[in-house]
Amino acid sequence: MSAKKLNLKDKYRLLTRDLDWDFSYEDRKDAFPFEEFEGIKITDWDKWEDPFRLTMDSYWKYQAEKEKKLYAIYDAFSQNNGHLNVSDARYVNAIKIFLTAVSPGELAAHSGFAFTGRQMGGIGARIASQMQSIDELRHIQTQIHAMSHYNKFFDGFDEFSHMHDRVWYISVVKSFFDDARSAGPFEFMVSVGFSFEYVLTNLLFVPFMSGAAYNGDMATVTFGFSAQSDEARHMTLGLEIIKFLLEQHEDNVPIVQKWIDKWLWRGYRILTVVAMMMDYMLPQKVMSWKEAWELYFEQAGGALFKDLERYGIKMPDYTDLIKAEKDHLSHQAWWTFYTNSQATAFHTWIPSDEELDWLSEKYPETFDKYYRPRWELAKEMADKGERYYNEGLPQLCQTCQIPMIYTDVQNDPRDIVYRSTKYQGERFHFCSDQCQHIFEDEPEKYVHAWLPVHQIFQGNCGGPGGLEKVMDYYKLDVGNANMDYVGSPDEERWKNWKGVA
Amino acid sequence: MSKVLIAFQENDESRYIVQAIEQDNPDATVHFEPAMIRIENEGALTINKATVEEMMGCDWEVQSIHVNLLTLTGHIDEDDDYFTIHWNN
Repeated sequence: MSAKKLNLKDKYRLLTRDLDWDFSYEDRKDAFPFEEFEGIKITDWDKWEDPFRLTMDSYWKYQAEKEKKLYAIYDAFSQNNGHLNVSDARYVNAIKIFLTAVSPGELAAHSGFAFTGRQMGGIGARIASQMQSIDELRHIQTQIHAMSHYNKFFDGFDEFSHMHDRVWYISVVKSFFDDARSAGPFEFMVSVGFSFEYVLTNLLFVPFMSGAAYNGDMATVTFGFSAQSDEARHMTLGLEIIKFLLEQHEDNVPIVQKWIDKWLWRGYRILTVVAMMMDYMLPQKVMSWKEAWELYFEQAGGALFKDLERYGIKMPDYTDLIKAEKDHLSHQAWWTFYTNSQATAFHTWIPSDEELDWLSEKYPETFDKYYRPRWELAKEMADKGERYYNEGLPQLCQTCQIPMIYTDVQNDPRDIVYRSTKYQGERFHFCSDQCQHIFEDEPEKYVHAWLPVHQIFQGNCGGPGGLEKVMDYYKLDVGNANMDYVGSPDEERWKNWKGVA
Repeated sequence: MSKVLIAFQENDESRYIVQAIEQDNPDATVHFEPAMIRIENEGALTINKATVEEMMGCDWEVQSIHVNLLTLTGHIDEDDDYFTIHWNN
Protein backbone atom coordinates (compact mmCIF):
# COMPACT_ATOMS: atom_id res chain seq x y z
CA MET A 1 0.00 0.00 0.00
CA SER A 2 1.42 3.36 -0.94
CA ALA A 3 1.59 6.10 1.67
CA LYS A 4 -1.30 8.56 1.58
CA LYS A 5 -0.34 11.94 0.11
CA LEU A 6 -0.40 14.69 2.72
CA ASN A 7 -2.82 17.52 2.22
CA LEU A 8 -1.52 21.09 2.16
CA LYS A 9 -2.38 21.90 5.77
CA ASP A 10 -0.79 18.74 7.20
CA LYS A 11 2.25 19.14 5.02
CA TYR A 12 2.73 22.73 6.19
CA ARG A 13 2.30 21.68 9.82
CA LEU A 14 4.85 18.88 9.57
CA LEU A 15 7.41 20.60 7.35
CA THR A 16 7.31 24.01 9.00
CA ARG A 17 5.97 24.00 12.53
CA ASP A 18 7.64 20.72 13.37
CA LEU A 19 11.04 22.07 12.38
CA ASP A 20 11.13 24.21 15.53
CA TRP A 21 12.59 22.97 18.80
CA ASP A 22 12.07 23.69 22.48
CA PHE A 23 14.78 25.21 24.62
CA SER A 24 15.38 22.83 27.51
CA TYR A 25 18.68 24.07 28.94
CA GLU A 26 19.07 27.55 27.42
CA ASP A 27 16.88 30.59 27.98
CA ARG A 28 14.76 31.19 24.89
CA LYS A 29 15.35 34.93 25.31
CA ASP A 30 19.06 34.44 24.72
CA ALA A 31 18.29 32.75 21.43
CA PHE A 32 16.12 35.66 20.24
CA PRO A 33 17.71 38.70 21.86
CA PHE A 34 16.02 41.30 19.62
CA GLU A 35 12.45 40.17 20.12
CA GLU A 36 11.46 42.55 22.91
CA PHE A 37 13.40 45.81 22.76
CA GLU A 38 11.10 47.44 20.22
CA GLY A 39 8.20 47.15 22.66
CA ILE A 40 6.29 44.58 20.60
CA LYS A 41 4.47 41.98 22.66
CA ILE A 42 4.04 38.46 21.31
CA THR A 43 1.90 36.14 23.39
CA ASP A 44 1.62 33.13 21.08
CA TRP A 45 3.74 32.51 17.98
CA ASP A 46 1.54 29.51 17.11
CA LYS A 47 -1.12 31.96 16.00
CA TRP A 48 1.11 32.85 13.04
CA GLU A 49 -0.49 31.72 9.78
CA ASP A 50 1.17 31.47 6.39
CA PRO A 51 -1.79 31.54 4.03
CA PHE A 52 0.29 30.16 1.15
CA ARG A 53 1.45 27.27 3.35
CA LEU A 54 4.60 27.10 1.28
CA THR A 55 7.07 24.50 2.51
CA MET A 56 10.75 24.42 1.58
CA ASP A 57 10.37 21.51 -0.84
CA SER A 58 7.63 23.30 -2.81
CA TYR A 59 9.58 26.54 -2.60
CA TRP A 60 12.62 25.05 -4.34
CA LYS A 61 10.44 23.27 -6.88
CA TYR A 62 8.62 26.41 -8.01
CA GLN A 63 11.64 28.68 -7.78
CA ALA A 64 13.61 26.28 -9.98
CA GLU A 65 10.79 26.38 -12.51
CA LYS A 66 10.84 30.18 -12.51
CA GLU A 67 14.61 30.29 -12.98
CA LYS A 68 14.54 27.84 -15.91
CA LYS A 69 11.97 29.93 -17.70
CA LEU A 70 13.82 33.13 -16.95
CA TYR A 71 17.23 31.99 -18.17
CA ALA A 72 15.78 30.43 -21.32
CA ILE A 73 14.43 33.87 -22.17
CA TYR A 74 17.71 35.62 -21.31
CA ASP A 75 19.52 33.25 -23.70
CA ALA A 76 17.02 33.96 -26.45
CA PHE A 77 17.18 37.68 -25.78
CA SER A 78 20.95 37.94 -26.08
CA GLN A 79 21.28 35.39 -28.91
CA ASN A 80 18.83 37.46 -30.94
CA ASN A 81 20.28 40.93 -30.28
CA GLY A 82 17.27 41.74 -28.14
CA HIS A 83 18.50 45.27 -27.40
CA LEU A 84 17.73 46.20 -31.02
CA ASN A 85 14.05 45.55 -30.44
CA VAL A 86 13.41 48.21 -27.81
CA SER A 87 11.13 51.02 -28.92
CA ASP A 88 13.87 53.65 -28.70
CA ALA A 89 17.33 53.87 -27.14
CA ARG A 90 16.11 56.60 -24.80
CA TYR A 91 14.16 53.90 -23.00
CA VAL A 92 17.36 52.07 -21.96
CA ASN A 93 18.07 54.94 -19.56
CA ALA A 94 15.18 53.81 -17.39
CA ILE A 95 16.86 50.49 -16.80
CA LYS A 96 20.17 52.20 -16.06
CA ILE A 97 18.31 53.80 -13.17
CA PHE A 98 16.92 50.41 -12.28
CA LEU A 99 20.35 48.79 -12.08
CA THR A 100 22.08 51.60 -10.19
CA ALA A 101 19.28 52.55 -7.80
CA VAL A 102 16.89 49.61 -7.44
CA SER A 103 18.92 46.42 -7.78
CA PRO A 104 21.29 47.17 -4.87
CA GLY A 105 18.14 47.57 -2.75
CA GLU A 106 17.38 43.92 -3.48
CA LEU A 107 20.71 42.97 -1.94
CA ALA A 108 19.99 45.13 1.11
CA ALA A 109 16.59 43.45 1.45
CA HIS A 110 18.30 40.06 1.23
CA SER A 111 20.52 40.94 4.17
CA GLY A 112 17.62 42.45 6.13
CA PHE A 113 15.47 39.35 5.77
CA ALA A 114 18.39 37.10 6.69
CA PHE A 115 18.61 39.03 9.97
CA THR A 116 14.85 39.00 10.51
CA GLY A 117 14.66 35.35 9.56
CA ARG A 118 17.11 34.63 12.35
CA GLN A 119 15.64 36.87 15.01
CA MET A 120 11.94 36.07 15.04
CA GLY A 121 10.91 33.61 17.72
CA GLY A 122 8.22 31.91 15.63
CA ILE A 123 9.25 29.22 13.20
CA GLY A 124 6.57 30.05 10.60
CA ALA A 125 7.73 33.66 10.34
CA ARG A 126 11.39 32.60 10.35
CA ILE A 127 10.95 30.24 7.41
CA ALA A 128 8.90 32.76 5.41
CA SER A 129 11.63 35.38 6.02
CA GLN A 130 14.32 32.91 5.01
CA MET A 131 12.53 32.26 1.71
CA GLN A 132 12.23 35.99 1.13
CA SER A 133 15.91 36.48 1.89
CA ILE A 134 16.81 33.91 -0.77
CA ASP A 135 14.35 35.52 -3.20
CA GLU A 136 15.98 38.93 -2.82
CA LEU A 137 19.38 37.46 -3.61
CA ARG A 138 17.85 35.85 -6.69
CA HIS A 139 16.46 39.23 -7.70
CA ILE A 140 19.74 41.11 -7.69
CA GLN A 141 21.49 38.27 -9.48
CA THR A 142 18.88 37.98 -12.21
CA GLN A 143 18.77 41.76 -12.64
CA ILE A 144 22.53 41.97 -13.10
CA HIS A 145 22.38 39.10 -15.57
CA ALA A 146 19.59 40.71 -17.57
CA MET A 147 21.36 44.03 -17.80
CA SER A 148 24.77 42.58 -18.57
CA HIS A 149 23.55 42.28 -22.14
CA TYR A 150 22.73 46.00 -22.32
CA ASN A 151 26.08 46.76 -20.76
CA LYS A 152 27.75 45.51 -23.93
CA PHE A 153 25.99 48.09 -26.07
CA PHE A 154 25.12 51.14 -23.93
CA ASP A 155 26.97 53.46 -21.57
CA GLY A 156 26.21 53.88 -17.89
CA PHE A 157 25.82 50.30 -16.63
CA ASP A 158 29.32 49.25 -15.73
CA GLU A 159 29.97 50.98 -12.40
CA PHE A 160 26.62 50.47 -10.67
CA SER A 161 28.16 48.76 -7.67
CA HIS A 162 30.78 51.48 -7.13
CA MET A 163 28.16 54.22 -7.59
CA HIS A 164 25.76 52.79 -5.07
CA ASP A 165 27.78 54.03 -2.09
CA ARG A 166 28.54 57.44 -3.56
CA VAL A 167 26.22 59.04 -6.11
CA TRP A 168 23.77 61.66 -4.88
CA TYR A 169 20.41 60.34 -6.06
CA ILE A 170 21.33 56.71 -5.40
CA SER A 171 21.91 57.56 -1.75
CA VAL A 172 18.14 58.03 -1.46
CA VAL A 173 17.47 54.33 -1.89
CA LYS A 174 20.54 53.33 0.07
CA SER A 175 19.46 55.43 3.02
CA PHE A 176 16.00 53.84 2.99
CA PHE A 177 17.40 50.34 3.31
CA ASP A 178 20.12 51.36 5.77
CA ASP A 179 17.44 52.92 7.93
CA ALA A 180 15.28 49.77 7.72
CA ARG A 181 18.12 47.33 8.32
CA SER A 182 19.37 49.20 11.37
CA ALA A 183 15.93 48.92 12.98
CA GLY A 184 14.74 45.92 14.97
CA PRO A 185 13.23 42.84 13.31
CA PHE A 186 9.61 43.90 13.67
CA GLU A 187 10.17 47.41 12.38
CA PHE A 188 12.11 45.95 9.47
CA MET A 189 9.15 43.71 8.67
CA VAL A 190 6.77 46.67 8.68
CA SER A 191 9.16 48.82 6.63
CA VAL A 192 10.07 46.42 3.85
CA GLY A 193 7.64 43.53 4.29
CA PHE A 194 4.54 45.65 4.66
CA SER A 195 4.96 49.27 3.55
CA PHE A 196 7.34 48.63 0.69
CA GLU A 197 6.23 45.21 -0.55
CA TYR A 198 2.55 45.35 0.14
CA VAL A 199 1.69 48.94 -0.52
CA LEU A 200 4.34 50.23 -2.92
CA THR A 201 6.32 47.61 -4.88
CA ASN A 202 3.41 46.97 -7.22
CA LEU A 203 3.94 50.40 -8.75
CA LEU A 204 7.42 49.50 -9.95
CA PHE A 205 7.05 45.83 -10.77
CA VAL A 206 3.61 45.74 -12.35
CA PRO A 207 2.75 48.82 -14.47
CA PHE A 208 6.36 49.80 -15.17
CA MET A 209 7.23 46.23 -16.20
CA SER A 210 4.15 46.03 -18.35
CA GLY A 211 5.48 49.24 -19.94
CA ALA A 212 8.90 47.60 -20.42
CA ALA A 213 7.17 44.78 -22.30
CA TYR A 214 5.26 47.28 -24.40
CA ASN A 215 8.56 48.94 -25.27
CA GLY A 216 10.06 45.67 -26.46
CA ASP A 217 12.38 45.05 -23.52
CA MET A 218 12.09 41.29 -23.24
CA ALA A 219 14.89 40.99 -20.67
CA THR A 220 13.54 43.51 -18.20
CA VAL A 221 9.92 42.44 -18.26
CA THR A 222 11.06 38.87 -17.77
CA PHE A 223 13.17 39.50 -14.68
CA GLY A 224 10.58 41.99 -13.45
CA PHE A 225 7.69 39.58 -13.66
CA SER A 226 9.78 36.70 -12.35
CA ALA A 227 10.73 38.82 -9.34
CA GLN A 228 7.16 40.00 -8.96
CA SER A 229 5.93 36.39 -8.75
CA ASP A 230 8.02 36.28 -5.54
CA GLU A 231 6.74 39.68 -4.47
CA ALA A 232 3.18 38.36 -4.48
CA ARG A 233 4.32 36.02 -1.71
CA HIS A 234 6.27 38.80 0.02
CA MET A 235 3.17 40.97 0.05
CA THR A 236 1.27 38.20 1.73
CA LEU A 237 4.00 37.89 4.35
CA GLY A 238 3.89 41.65 4.93
CA LEU A 239 0.12 41.68 5.45
CA GLU A 240 0.35 38.61 7.67
CA ILE A 241 2.96 40.15 9.96
CA ILE A 242 0.84 43.26 10.38
CA LYS A 243 -2.31 41.30 11.24
CA PHE A 244 -0.34 39.03 13.54
CA LEU A 245 1.22 41.93 15.49
CA LEU A 246 -2.12 43.70 15.81
CA GLU A 247 -3.89 40.56 17.02
CA GLN A 248 -1.19 39.62 19.49
CA HIS A 249 -1.53 42.61 21.83
CA GLU A 250 -3.31 45.95 21.85
CA ASP A 251 -0.09 47.65 22.98
CA ASN A 252 1.34 46.82 19.57
CA VAL A 253 -1.21 49.00 17.78
CA PRO A 254 0.34 52.46 18.34
CA ILE A 255 3.83 51.11 17.63
CA VAL A 256 2.71 49.56 14.36
CA GLN A 257 0.79 52.73 13.42
CA LYS A 258 3.89 54.83 13.93
CA TRP A 259 5.96 52.47 11.78
CA ILE A 260 3.32 52.45 9.04
CA ASP A 261 3.23 56.26 9.04
CA LYS A 262 7.00 56.47 8.81
CA TRP A 263 7.69 53.74 6.27
CA LEU A 264 4.84 54.40 3.94
CA TRP A 265 6.16 57.93 3.66
CA ARG A 266 9.79 56.92 3.16
CA GLY A 267 8.81 54.38 0.51
CA TYR A 268 6.49 56.81 -1.19
CA ARG A 269 9.29 59.37 -1.48
CA ILE A 270 11.47 56.80 -3.29
CA LEU A 271 8.66 56.21 -5.77
CA THR A 272 9.22 59.73 -7.07
CA VAL A 273 11.77 58.26 -9.45
CA VAL A 274 9.37 55.51 -10.56
CA ALA A 275 6.76 58.18 -11.35
CA MET A 276 9.27 59.81 -13.67
CA MET A 277 10.32 56.50 -15.25
CA MET A 278 6.69 55.82 -16.14
CA ASP A 279 5.71 59.23 -17.44
CA TYR A 280 8.93 60.33 -19.16
CA MET A 281 11.10 57.32 -19.92
CA LEU A 282 8.74 54.89 -21.68
CA PRO A 283 8.58 56.04 -25.32
CA GLN A 284 5.49 53.87 -25.87
CA LYS A 285 2.97 54.87 -23.22
CA VAL A 286 0.87 52.36 -21.31
CA MET A 287 -0.51 54.10 -18.26
CA SER A 288 0.37 57.39 -16.58
CA TRP A 289 1.89 57.49 -13.13
CA LYS A 290 -1.29 59.06 -11.86
CA GLU A 291 -3.45 56.24 -13.24
CA ALA A 292 -1.14 53.59 -11.82
CA TRP A 293 -1.17 55.35 -8.45
CA GLU A 294 -4.96 55.49 -8.42
CA LEU A 295 -5.28 51.81 -9.22
CA TYR A 296 -2.51 50.30 -7.12
CA PHE A 297 -2.40 52.71 -4.20
CA GLU A 298 -5.69 54.52 -3.85
CA GLN A 299 -7.93 51.60 -4.78
CA ALA A 300 -5.91 48.61 -3.58
CA GLY A 301 -4.24 50.36 -0.63
CA GLY A 302 -7.54 52.00 0.31
CA ALA A 303 -9.23 48.60 0.57
CA LEU A 304 -6.39 47.35 2.71
CA PHE A 305 -6.56 50.23 5.18
CA LYS A 306 -10.33 49.86 5.42
CA ASP A 307 -9.74 46.28 6.53
CA LEU A 308 -7.14 47.33 9.08
CA GLU A 309 -9.56 49.79 10.69
CA ARG A 310 -10.95 46.99 12.85
CA TYR A 311 -7.58 46.83 14.59
CA GLY A 312 -7.51 50.58 15.18
CA ILE A 313 -5.10 51.30 12.31
CA LYS A 314 -5.71 54.46 10.27
CA MET A 315 -4.51 55.65 6.90
CA PRO A 316 -1.58 58.00 7.58
CA ASP A 317 -2.72 61.59 8.01
CA TYR A 318 -0.73 62.74 4.97
CA THR A 319 -3.06 60.81 2.64
CA ASP A 320 -4.57 64.01 1.22
CA LEU A 321 -1.13 65.39 0.49
CA ILE A 322 0.01 62.37 -1.49
CA LYS A 323 -3.28 62.38 -3.35
CA ALA A 324 -2.53 65.95 -4.44
CA GLU A 325 1.12 65.20 -5.27
CA LYS A 326 0.25 62.56 -7.87
CA ASP A 327 -0.37 65.40 -10.35
CA HIS A 328 3.12 66.85 -9.82
CA LEU A 329 5.58 64.15 -8.81
CA SER A 330 6.85 62.87 -12.14
CA HIS A 331 7.19 66.38 -13.63
CA GLN A 332 9.21 67.73 -10.72
CA ALA A 333 11.48 64.69 -10.77
CA TRP A 334 12.22 64.70 -14.51
CA TRP A 335 12.91 68.42 -14.46
CA THR A 336 15.38 67.89 -11.62
CA PHE A 337 17.22 65.14 -13.44
CA TYR A 338 17.10 67.00 -16.74
CA THR A 339 18.70 70.07 -15.22
CA ASN A 340 21.30 68.05 -13.27
CA SER A 341 22.04 65.57 -16.02
CA GLN A 342 25.76 66.36 -16.00
CA ALA A 343 25.92 64.46 -12.69
CA THR A 344 23.73 61.43 -13.41
CA ALA A 345 24.62 58.00 -14.74
CA PHE A 346 21.98 58.17 -17.46
CA HIS A 347 20.77 60.50 -20.19
CA THR A 348 17.84 62.88 -20.08
CA TRP A 349 16.01 64.69 -22.85
CA ILE A 350 13.23 67.13 -23.64
CA PRO A 351 9.96 65.26 -24.26
CA SER A 352 8.85 65.28 -27.91
CA ASP A 353 5.80 67.33 -28.90
CA GLU A 354 3.67 64.15 -28.94
CA GLU A 355 4.91 63.28 -25.48
CA LEU A 356 4.13 66.77 -24.20
CA ASP A 357 0.61 66.43 -25.62
CA TRP A 358 0.20 63.07 -23.89
CA LEU A 359 1.30 64.62 -20.58
CA SER A 360 -1.13 67.52 -21.07
CA GLU A 361 -3.92 65.03 -21.64
CA LYS A 362 -3.03 62.85 -18.65
CA TYR A 363 -2.45 65.78 -16.28
CA PRO A 364 -5.08 68.33 -17.31
CA GLU A 365 -5.04 70.15 -13.96
CA THR A 366 -1.32 70.77 -13.73
CA PHE A 367 0.79 70.09 -16.78
CA ASP A 368 -0.09 73.02 -19.01
CA LYS A 369 -0.21 75.40 -16.10
CA TYR A 370 3.03 74.56 -14.29
CA TYR A 371 5.23 72.24 -16.31
CA ARG A 372 4.75 72.52 -20.07
CA PRO A 373 6.05 76.11 -20.23
CA ARG A 374 9.32 74.95 -18.68
CA TRP A 375 9.83 72.37 -21.41
CA GLU A 376 9.03 74.91 -24.07
CA LEU A 377 11.64 77.23 -22.61
CA ALA A 378 14.14 74.35 -22.32
CA LYS A 379 13.55 73.56 -25.98
CA GLU A 380 14.03 77.17 -27.00
CA MET A 381 17.32 77.27 -25.12
CA ALA A 382 18.51 73.92 -26.48
CA ASP A 383 17.66 75.01 -30.03
CA LYS A 384 19.94 78.02 -29.53
CA GLY A 385 22.72 75.68 -28.36
CA GLU A 386 22.22 76.68 -24.73
CA ARG A 387 21.00 73.40 -23.27
CA TYR A 388 20.45 74.21 -19.58
CA TYR A 389 22.42 72.50 -16.82
CA ASN A 390 22.17 73.55 -13.21
CA GLU A 391 25.66 74.32 -11.98
CA GLY A 392 24.84 74.53 -8.31
CA LEU A 393 24.43 71.69 -5.87
CA PRO A 394 20.99 71.19 -4.37
CA GLN A 395 20.14 71.25 -0.70
CA LEU A 396 19.15 67.79 0.49
CA CYS A 397 16.53 66.62 2.95
CA GLN A 398 18.20 65.22 6.05
CA THR A 399 15.79 62.28 6.23
CA CYS A 400 15.02 61.09 2.68
CA GLN A 401 18.16 62.66 1.12
CA ILE A 402 16.14 63.89 -1.88
CA PRO A 403 16.94 67.42 -3.09
CA MET A 404 14.41 70.05 -2.04
CA ILE A 405 12.27 69.71 -5.14
CA TYR A 406 8.81 69.22 -3.74
CA THR A 407 6.39 72.10 -3.82
CA ASP A 408 3.43 73.11 -1.71
CA VAL A 409 0.87 71.38 -3.93
CA GLN A 410 -2.07 71.95 -1.60
CA ASN A 411 -1.61 75.71 -1.48
CA ASP A 412 0.64 77.17 -4.15
CA PRO A 413 2.39 74.55 -6.29
CA ARG A 414 5.01 77.15 -7.26
CA ASP A 415 6.42 77.37 -3.72
CA ILE A 416 9.10 74.92 -2.67
CA VAL A 417 8.54 73.34 0.74
CA TYR A 418 11.37 74.02 3.18
CA ARG A 419 11.24 72.77 6.74
CA SER A 420 13.94 72.87 9.36
CA THR A 421 14.54 72.11 12.99
CA LYS A 422 17.34 72.59 15.49
CA TYR A 423 18.93 69.69 17.29
CA GLN A 424 21.85 70.11 19.71
CA GLY A 425 22.61 73.54 18.32
CA GLU A 426 22.68 72.48 14.67
CA ARG A 427 20.03 73.17 12.07
CA PHE A 428 18.70 70.34 9.90
CA HIS A 429 16.63 70.73 6.74
CA PHE A 430 13.69 68.74 5.38
CA CYS A 431 11.60 68.46 2.24
CA SER A 432 8.35 67.97 4.12
CA ASP A 433 6.61 67.93 7.49
CA GLN A 434 6.69 64.13 7.35
CA CYS A 435 10.45 63.88 6.92
CA GLN A 436 10.85 66.42 9.73
CA HIS A 437 8.63 64.33 12.05
CA ILE A 438 10.60 61.18 11.27
CA PHE A 439 13.82 63.01 12.16
CA GLU A 440 12.39 64.50 15.35
CA ASP A 441 11.22 61.11 16.53
CA GLU A 442 14.71 59.58 16.29
CA PRO A 443 17.20 62.41 15.68
CA GLU A 444 20.22 60.32 16.64
CA LYS A 445 19.50 58.03 13.74
CA TYR A 446 19.75 60.81 11.16
CA VAL A 447 22.16 63.47 12.43
CA HIS A 448 25.13 61.62 10.97
CA ALA A 449 23.46 60.69 7.69
CA TRP A 450 25.94 60.60 4.78
CA LEU A 451 24.48 63.38 2.66
CA PRO A 452 26.18 63.47 -0.74
CA VAL A 453 26.12 67.26 -1.16
CA HIS A 454 27.53 67.88 2.33
CA GLN A 455 30.23 65.33 1.64
CA ILE A 456 31.16 67.03 -1.63
CA PHE A 457 31.50 70.40 0.13
CA GLN A 458 33.56 68.80 2.88
CA GLY A 459 35.98 67.51 0.25
CA ASN A 460 35.18 63.85 0.90
CA CYS A 461 34.22 62.99 -2.68
CA GLY A 462 37.49 63.10 -4.55
CA GLY A 463 38.86 66.01 -2.56
CA PRO A 464 38.37 69.76 -3.03
CA GLY A 465 38.63 71.10 -6.55
CA GLY A 466 35.31 71.16 -8.28
CA LEU A 467 32.80 68.86 -9.82
CA GLU A 468 35.24 67.23 -12.19
CA LYS A 469 36.91 65.50 -9.24
CA VAL A 470 33.53 64.43 -7.91
CA MET A 471 32.66 62.82 -11.24
CA ASP A 472 35.93 60.87 -11.15
CA TYR A 473 35.12 59.80 -7.63
CA TYR A 474 31.72 58.57 -8.87
CA LYS A 475 33.48 56.85 -11.84
CA LEU A 476 31.05 58.70 -14.04
CA ASP A 477 32.02 58.81 -17.70
CA VAL A 478 31.09 62.47 -18.24
CA GLY A 479 29.79 63.32 -21.68
CA ASN A 480 29.35 59.66 -22.63
CA ALA A 481 27.23 58.10 -19.91
CA ASN A 482 25.36 61.27 -18.95
CA MET A 483 24.11 64.69 -20.13
CA ASP A 484 21.56 64.97 -22.92
CA TYR A 485 20.59 61.93 -24.95
CA VAL A 486 20.72 64.10 -28.04
CA GLY A 487 24.29 63.96 -29.28
CA SER A 488 25.29 61.08 -27.00
CA PRO A 489 27.25 58.00 -28.12
CA ASP A 490 24.16 55.93 -27.20
CA GLU A 491 22.14 57.91 -29.73
CA GLU A 492 24.80 57.66 -32.39
CA ARG A 493 25.14 53.89 -32.04
CA TRP A 494 21.38 53.45 -32.07
CA LYS A 495 21.04 55.43 -35.26
CA ASN A 496 23.79 53.38 -36.89
CA TRP A 497 22.13 50.11 -35.92
CA LYS A 498 18.80 51.30 -37.16
CA GLY A 499 20.17 52.87 -40.33
CA VAL A 500 18.80 56.29 -39.43
CA ALA A 501 20.78 59.29 -40.58
CA MET B 1 -17.37 46.19 -0.77
CA SER B 2 -13.78 46.82 -1.78
CA LYS B 3 -12.40 45.24 -4.91
CA VAL B 4 -9.86 42.44 -4.80
CA LEU B 5 -7.26 42.32 -7.55
CA ILE B 6 -5.12 39.55 -8.97
CA ALA B 7 -2.76 39.66 -11.96
CA PHE B 8 -0.88 37.05 -13.95
CA GLN B 9 1.78 37.01 -16.62
CA GLU B 10 0.08 36.54 -19.93
CA ASN B 11 0.88 33.09 -21.26
CA ASP B 12 -0.84 29.84 -22.19
CA GLU B 13 -1.06 28.57 -18.63
CA SER B 14 -2.49 31.82 -17.27
CA ARG B 15 -5.10 31.99 -20.00
CA TYR B 16 -6.69 28.78 -18.69
CA ILE B 17 -6.54 30.06 -15.12
CA VAL B 18 -8.24 33.25 -16.23
CA GLN B 19 -10.93 31.29 -18.08
CA ALA B 20 -11.56 29.29 -14.92
CA ILE B 21 -11.81 32.53 -12.92
CA GLU B 22 -14.30 33.97 -15.40
CA GLN B 23 -16.45 30.85 -15.19
CA ASP B 24 -16.47 30.68 -11.38
CA ASN B 25 -16.64 34.45 -10.77
CA PRO B 26 -19.05 35.74 -13.40
CA ASP B 27 -18.91 39.37 -12.21
CA ALA B 28 -15.12 39.62 -12.36
CA THR B 29 -13.66 42.13 -14.83
CA VAL B 30 -10.66 41.05 -16.88
CA HIS B 31 -8.18 43.59 -18.27
CA PHE B 32 -5.61 42.53 -20.83
CA GLU B 33 -2.57 44.81 -20.51
CA PRO B 34 0.85 44.46 -22.16
CA ALA B 35 2.31 41.11 -21.04
CA MET B 36 -0.17 40.74 -18.18
CA ILE B 37 -3.77 40.03 -17.30
CA ARG B 38 -5.34 41.91 -14.40
CA ILE B 39 -8.61 40.75 -12.85
CA GLU B 40 -10.77 42.59 -10.34
CA ASN B 41 -13.85 41.54 -8.45
CA GLU B 42 -16.04 42.99 -5.71
CA GLY B 43 -15.23 41.53 -2.29
CA ALA B 44 -13.76 38.14 -3.18
CA LEU B 45 -12.45 35.94 -5.97
CA THR B 46 -11.96 32.18 -6.12
CA ILE B 47 -9.84 29.90 -8.28
CA ASN B 48 -10.98 26.26 -8.21
CA LYS B 49 -8.54 23.48 -9.03
CA ALA B 50 -11.30 21.44 -10.67
CA THR B 51 -12.30 24.25 -13.05
CA VAL B 52 -8.69 25.02 -14.02
CA GLU B 53 -8.07 21.32 -14.71
CA GLU B 54 -11.20 21.14 -16.81
CA MET B 55 -9.99 24.14 -18.88
CA MET B 56 -6.43 22.83 -19.21
CA GLY B 57 -7.35 19.23 -19.75
CA CYS B 58 -4.62 18.09 -17.37
CA ASP B 59 -3.72 17.98 -13.67
CA TRP B 60 -2.94 21.32 -12.05
CA GLU B 61 -1.58 21.98 -8.57
CA VAL B 62 -3.01 25.06 -6.87
CA GLN B 63 0.45 26.01 -5.53
CA SER B 64 1.83 26.23 -9.06
CA ILE B 65 -0.07 29.53 -9.20
CA HIS B 66 3.19 31.04 -7.86
CA VAL B 67 4.92 30.56 -11.21
CA ASN B 68 2.76 33.04 -13.12
CA LEU B 69 1.30 35.19 -10.35
CA LEU B 70 2.22 38.89 -10.46
CA THR B 71 0.29 40.51 -7.70
CA LEU B 72 -2.83 40.27 -5.58
CA THR B 73 -4.70 42.13 -2.88
CA GLY B 74 -6.82 40.83 -0.03
CA HIS B 75 -6.57 38.04 2.50
CA ILE B 76 -5.66 34.64 1.13
CA ASP B 77 -7.27 31.31 1.86
CA GLU B 78 -5.61 28.43 0.08
CA ASP B 79 -6.05 24.67 0.25
CA ASP B 80 -5.52 21.67 -2.02
CA ASP B 81 -8.54 22.36 -4.18
CA TYR B 82 -9.07 26.14 -4.15
CA PHE B 83 -7.40 29.55 -3.81
CA THR B 84 -9.44 32.52 -2.58
CA ILE B 85 -8.74 36.19 -1.94
CA HIS B 86 -11.18 38.41 -0.08
CA TRP B 87 -11.59 41.68 1.80
CA ASN B 88 -13.60 41.94 5.02
CA ASN B 89 -15.10 45.29 4.07
